[in-house]
Amino acid sequence: MAGQTAERDAAFIVEWLRASTEAVRAESDRLTELDSAIGDADHGTNMRRGFTAVMTTLDAEERATPGGVLLVAGRTLVSTVGGASGPLFGTLLRRSGKALGEAERVSDEDVRDALRAGVAAVGQLGGAALGDKTMLDALLPAVAELPDYAAAARAAEEGAKATIPLRAHKGRASYLGERSVGHEDPGAASAALLLGALFQVSR
Amino acid sequence: MKLLINGAERVVADALRGMAAAHPELRVDVERRLVVRRDAPVAGKVALISGGGSGHEPLHAGFVGPGMLDAACAGEVFTSPVPDQMTRAASQVHGGAGVLLIVKNYTGDVLNFDMAAELVEEDGIEVTKVVVQDDVAVTDSTFTAGRRGTGGTLFVEKLAGAAAEEGAPLARVAEIARRAADASRSFGVALHGPTTPAKGSPTFDLPPDELELGIGIHGEPGRERRAMLSAAEIADVTVEALLADYPASPPGPLICLTNGMGGTPLLELYGFHAEVVRALDERGATLARSLVGNYVTSLDMAGCSVSLCEVDDELLRLWDAPVSTPGLRWGH
Repeated sequence: MAGQTAERDAAFIVEWLRASTEAVRAESDRLTELDSAIGDADHGTNMRRGFTAVMTTLDAEERATPGGVLLVAGRTLVSTVGGASGPLFGTLLRRSGKALGEAERVSDEDVRDALRAGVAAVGQLGGAALGDKTMLDALLPAVAELPDYAAAARAAEEGAKATIPLRAHKGRASYLGERSVGHEDPGAASAALLLGALFQVSR
Repeated sequence: MKLLINGAERVVADALRGMAAAHPELRVDVERRLVVRRDAPVAGKVALISGGGSGHEPLHAGFVGPGMLDAACAGEVFTSPVPDQMTRAASQVHGGAGVLLIVKNYTGDVLNFDMAAELVEEDGIEVTKVVVQDDVAVTDSTFTAGRRGTGGTLFVEKLAGAAAEEGAPLARVAEIARRAADASRSFGVALHGPTTPAKGSPTFDLPPDELELGIGIHGEPGRERRAMLSAAEIADVTVEALLADYPASPPGPLICLTNGMGGTPLLELYGFHAEVVRALDERGATLARSLVGNYVTSLDMAGCSVSLCEVDDELLRLWDAPVSTPGLRWGH
């Protein structure tokens, strides 16, 4: 578990997003496959496009603060992903970045508080609650475990898997009603990738 | 599945290049995925902006032109466009009388257009949003994202576009758009799922002897699967579902759009339309106007949707008003 004094800088956030990008790229086909069961078969493609754009932006110009990195990453997702995922994942990063403010170094507790603020903003924007079979089913249990990154990654993974028996109440999958049962939510699967990447770079 | 493309990543850009080549009366920004009427901004006219995922052509870019939209924003296939596209469109078409955003009710479209509306307002442009949710197949609105926007979008874009062209102010154009949206009902049927370029195979499998009722326009499966029916039987199921949703029975005079989903020949579609008109007539409904063709499609999906719009004299006059776009053209 991360210590109270751990200091995280802008490079840490960049590495988190880089690891997230690699995970999204590696799992892109699986995400699209999940989306073809209850959506329209493009979630992996859209997330890959968005995160690739994020890394292009971040690699082009260095940012001084963790908050600044997250803000620009969130904006890039909003302006490149489209669909519901763009605004939702974009808001997650943007609002987390906003919560971190101007500090050049932040503690793991700051990261926890920021991600909780980001997740709350996602809930507000999408109007979903726990159990609606959305990305929140991975995010909410995960941020509850922070600043323990390992436990958070595990909770996100389990939360994503726990969407399988649920019936979707939000987004395009909701039109399937009972037929959405039996499939993992692609947004929750993506959220679990981000938390897994965070654990990976925190060690 | 064989597709007439250069590669899945290029489908939208290639189509826009083709639109630019075919329609000099439009300004096409291939890189930013915007289609704008050539004479925009039209001074003193309310500007209409719509958009959505690609794959529904001619909706929306094919409805840009005098009497309908000022700009359309094209997203990736079945993926809503991003806010930057709408804000850029607004800056290009705003003629000093405000902007009306016409949005189909999907979570992604609504989120992206909402973000865009905020940014446009921050630029000091008056903006109003109308959400189209005409799909009666979605019955359980409490536990879903609500009714989807489908074929009724054409009515909203045409009627509001006509009002704007006549010089009506923003509040009035928005009111017409809302009335058109409220008066519209749609129901769709698939005989074969659509093939997205990225996936290369149908998004859902339908056995040869079954059809899917209550489908959306994004390859999402419908609400019910049944043994294949005849055109007359499909028309009865469809018209029944549509009319049952109007408060009055029968409703007032109707415009009927018998819409192909992209993979059904017009020969079949006209035969189906005859059955739709018969089914409407048997239930005492009055047909004011008909439109038959592929207007709000879902790639190569086989099947059809029927959209009705209950009209009064004013809406009917706006329907008959001249329109000059690649996809819809009359009265000029």
